[in-house]
Amino acid sequence: MSLKDDLNQIKENGLVKIESSKSVKELNDQIRVDLLGKKGLITQTLRGISNLPVEERPEMGSYANSIRDTLQVAIDNKAQELEEKELNEKLKSEKIDVTLPENKVIKGHPHVIQQIVDQIDDLFLGMGYEVLSGPEVEEDVYNFEMMNLPKDHPARDMQDTFYITDEILMRTQTSPMQARTLEKHDFSKGPLKMISPGLVYRRDTDDPTHSHQFHQVEGIVIDENITMADLKGTLEVMIEELFGDKFDVRLRPSYFPFTEPSVEVDITCFKCMGKGCSVCKGSGWIEVLGAGMVHPNVLKMAGVDANEYGGFAFGLGPDRFAMLKYGVTDIRDFYLNDLRFLSQFN
Amino acid sequence: MLISYNWLKEYLDINISADDLAEKIERSSVEVDSVITRSKGLKKIIVGQIMSFEKHPDSDHLNICQVDTGEDELEQIVCGAPNVEVGAKVIVASPGARIADNVKIKKAKMRGIESRGMLCALDEIGFPKDVVPKEWSDGIYFLPEDAVVGNDVYEYIGMNDSLIDLDVTPNRGDMLSIRGTLFDLAAIYNKNFELETNEVKNYLNDNISDLINLNVDETLSSNYNLRIIKNVKVEASPLWLQIRLWNAGIKPINNIVDVTNYIMIKLGQPLHAYDLDKINQNDISVRRAKNGETITTLDDVERILNETDVVISDSKSPIALAGLMGGKDTEVDDNTTNILLEGANFNSVNTRKMAQKQNLHTDASQRFERKIDDSNIVNSIEDATGLIEMIANGEATKDILTKTVNKSKNKIINITSSRINHVLGTDFDNNTIIDIFNRLNFEVEIENDSIKVTIPSRRNDISMDADLIEEIARIYGYDNIGSTLPTTKMTQGKLSKKQKLIRNSRKSMEEYGLTHAISYSLTSEEKSSQFSTNDQESVQLKFPMSMDHSNLRMNLLSGLLDDVAYNQARNVKNVALYEQGRIFIPNDNDVRPTEIEHLAGVISGSLVENNWKQKSKKVDFYDIKGILNEFLKNLSFVDEITYVATDKYSNMHPGRTADILIGDTKIGFIGQVHPKLVQKYKIDEVYGFEINLDIINDLPKKEQLYNQISQYPSIKRDIALLLNDDITHADVYNLIKKRGGAYLTKIDLFDIYEGENIPEGKKSMAYSLIFQDKNGTLTDEDVNKSMEKIQNNLEKEFDLEIR
Repeated sequence: MSLKDDLNQIKENGLVKIESSKSVKELNDQIRVDLLGKKGLITQTLRGISNLPVEERPEMGSYANSIRDTLQVAIDNKAQELEEKELNEKLKSEKIDVTLPENKVIKGHPHVIQQIVDQIDDLFLGMGYEVLSGPEVEEDVYNFEMMNLPKDHPARDMQDTFYITDEILMRTQTSPMQARTLEKHDFSKGPLKMISPGLVYRRDTDDPTHSHQFHQVEGIVIDENITMADLKGTLEVMIEELFGDKFDVRLRPSYFPFTEPSVEVDITCFKCMGKGCSVCKGSGWIEVLGAGMVHPNVLKMAGVDANEYGGFAFGLGPDRFAMLKYGVTDIRDFYLNDLRFLSQFN
Repeated sequence: MLISYNWLKEYLDINISADDLAEKIERSSVEVDSVITRSKGLKKIIVGQIMSFEKHPDSDHLNICQVDTGEDELEQIVCGAPNVEVGAKVIVASPGARIADNVKIKKAKMRGIESRGMLCALDEIGFPKDVVPKEWSDGIYFLPEDAVVGNDVYEYIGMNDSLIDLDVTPNRGDMLSIRGTLFDLAAIYNKNFELETNEVKNYLNDNISDLINLNVDETLSSNYNLRIIKNVKVEASPLWLQIRLWNAGIKPINNIVDVTNYIMIKLGQPLHAYDLDKINQNDISVRRAKNGETITTLDDVERILNETDVVISDSKSPIALAGLMGGKDTEVDDNTTNILLEGANFNSVNTRKMAQKQNLHTDASQRFERKIDDSNIVNSIEDATGLIEMIANGEATKDILTKTVNKSKNKIINITSSRINHVLGTDFDNNTIIDIFNRLNFEVEIENDSIKVTIPSRRNDISMDADLIEEIARIYGYDNIGSTLPTTKMTQGKLSKKQKLIRNSRKSMEEYGLTHAISYSLTSEEKSSQFSTNDQESVQLKFPMSMDHSNLRMNLLSGLLDDVAYNQARNVKNVALYEQGRIFIPNDNDVRPTEIEHLAGVISGSLVENNWKQKSKKVDFYDIKGILNEFLKNLSFVDEITYVATDKYSNMHPGRTADILIGDTKIGFIGQVHPKLVQKYKIDEVYGFEINLDIINDLPKKEQLYNQISQYPSIKRDIALLLNDDITHADVYNLIKKRGGAYLTKIDLFDIYEGENIPEGKKSMAYSLIFQDKNGTLTDEDVNKSMEKIQNNLEKEFDLEIR
């Protein structure tokens, strides 16, 4: 047997061993050491090189190196193959049921009415309105008299009132903020553009459609050149913001002592899209808010020159909006704070 | 108010469906609640004739009727009505018919006898009970003799008419009549109308002024008129008149009463007829009632009066409540032959107050409250007299006895087209405007630039130019007005500091797991002061609706406890809620209480639901403290946040409650709700806090600061202490902080232990301290020095053992 044959033998046997190896550990710790290590077969075999004639030695040396390289590559390839296999097995064993319920993140929910109020606030802030909130315990003077509702006015019957004393009451509307801001506003500094959200109170027995406490948002714009067309445009912008652009808006005459002309604003019924159903009592329309041009008496009583200044005001009920938008059928749900109800809104 | 479509069309030539007309009224005049057609939803309700009947063998009230319904054979119908009569034309619902409330009629056996259908009373085919005439209220209805057997019944009793239900606003009293509605429709459609009235043909020779002595307090009635009509024959009204009334929602009574009601609906003027022969000595006065005087009104209620009431009186006693209802004693009945017909204008405020006080809201009071048309009173009396003459054979005095305050002239308002356009955003010329006023029947004159408009007395709601602008807008149509946005000087829209704090508080609470609750501001007296530390009383309503909502809350927590109770009673055990709202504190210096913005939160049960992976954990004090402290920390107060144990809240756990201070300012409290209170609410252990956002808003805050992160390594040292039970974490923490030197950057409590191996009255606390220098690497020596100082001071201050 020549040295070359020995080397070939080592290569053949080595390749078989490498191929049949089962683990990276065996490859590196055993096979690699046995074949290529300091005391490995190739090194040992090459000791016989000294018996060769000097001129043959370089050739045999490089032959031995080529075998070393072949084995080295074979080991590396096999190691990579085995590593991949081992990883795949590990990954396979780590498989989980991704449909199992998640770990819950703890979070609270905003109240649906607050969401609507915030949405209205943001819209009007963007149009340069102030947001002001007035007292919930109000003077009769602001709640009624300065809103053009003197003591014997029949429209007072439309709003049953919680009185605290003869002159102090739970405000029945956010409209007194019209009087309060008109009284204070300095028109030489520019127009009055204000909305005022808040709670209001009526002496009503609570039932699915009545609540002794509910929300209102008042809006008022007073300047030298504010028109009914401005009111219409403003309301249309708001309705589109709150309900989307699928709805028609209808203004119809109404009566509020503090506006003249007064209108009530209807939008296409959500449920039937105008065809007529039980929600809209067959009319195809749903009333969403009241508005009008601020009554000259209201301006005068607040000390504003009604010949020079005028404008519009509107009042809407977020409770009603929420009921319409989400199909809530009982207004009391907003104040009972049942978590199963509240947590549906995000 | 129900307006009959057929009645309108008698006077106004329009070719528009009732639904379209209603839509137009709604867009131009007043709200329409609905359009009612009584025949709608009914099926196969036909005219039948009772040919014979016999008693049911097994019943003492049922009759077996043989009814001709126009078919080849008679139908056998068992009927329980007491008034079956051979030959009567009746309302038949045959098998397959549908009567009121969507009830289907099938053939059936009634006590063994086959019955093919049903003979109907008016309310069974959809008439409201309160419009059915008394004589038909307990039995089946008899149709007119000329009704054709087999035909639908609807046409005979006015059921095909469309009734437009107007919801008339307080200002539009004129719309409470056919006349007023016609004026508006004529303007809207630009049409003319002819309102026919009945004329009186023959008069008595008597003069009423010779027969009646009249005394009117002019402050109570500005316009009072009487006429005598003699020799009337009181009986049921002709069917056409009954139909008009029941289609207006009014019950027919007899021909005299019906005429007064008919004229009220037609012209808007309430009238009243007294039985002249029941009046004492023909002395009539309109006066204030005397204290303690009584009257029994037509609704059989005896009413005790005082000086705020206004009555019509004869020489002895009141005979009517002015503007509301007549008296029983002078009622027109079947034996009445002579009547006294009254048409008046009663003061609207008085009427309203009386109607409220007596809780008697009538068709008449509704009209007087909204003010009636003075110029229409005499016409109405004439029209009524003519009709009474025609259907009840009466003979009237030629004159009408009148007491009238000198009539006010019609109001004149000047307006310009530029003013109208300025308010509406339109560009109408004078002609357009004048045309609309003409259509409304307002007289118009041009004076220079201005339009002089004379307001007819029927429109007493119009008193200034704004009112006229509304008339122009609504007749022109709101749909036709443009849509623009206000153009003004630039304004800034932004939230105030306080509004931002409030928004931020809500957002934070939601981030930390609490859901926004909105409870009632009005609560019970007890709950309103449940978490007060003084004995200040809350504001109370004068006339609360219930004791549950009688007082203004002085805290938010009690409302949240109600919410916890509501949820836990419904098996929602894990509750985490907050509320942001106002509380109301009485204020000696103001008529109104001070309204303070508060924030409160509660947690009960566990913050997480038990599931396959996460285990629920009962909430405790440190959970709620974590939520609140995170919120407070983020506000970056200049001063430190401290929690000071307190037992002064009677409804909080005395050992688990703290006042919250920022520097020296108290902003609220936090703790466990007292177990006794929790038991009362029937709820689980609850932890909560309540803080004052107004105070927080005013407290000084730091600017957002940034600390450079040190490039140098830190050194951690642990220290374990054995100390007396009553020494608090805050005591230890503050001392370590004070004595820890400049390099001490963090103090963490990582263990507390009491129990085995620890002597009674002692506890073990372990802290880890982190030291770091911004400018260099710390040496062990540096840290040892600091630790030594800390340990020495701890030992000196607290008599403790370092372990």
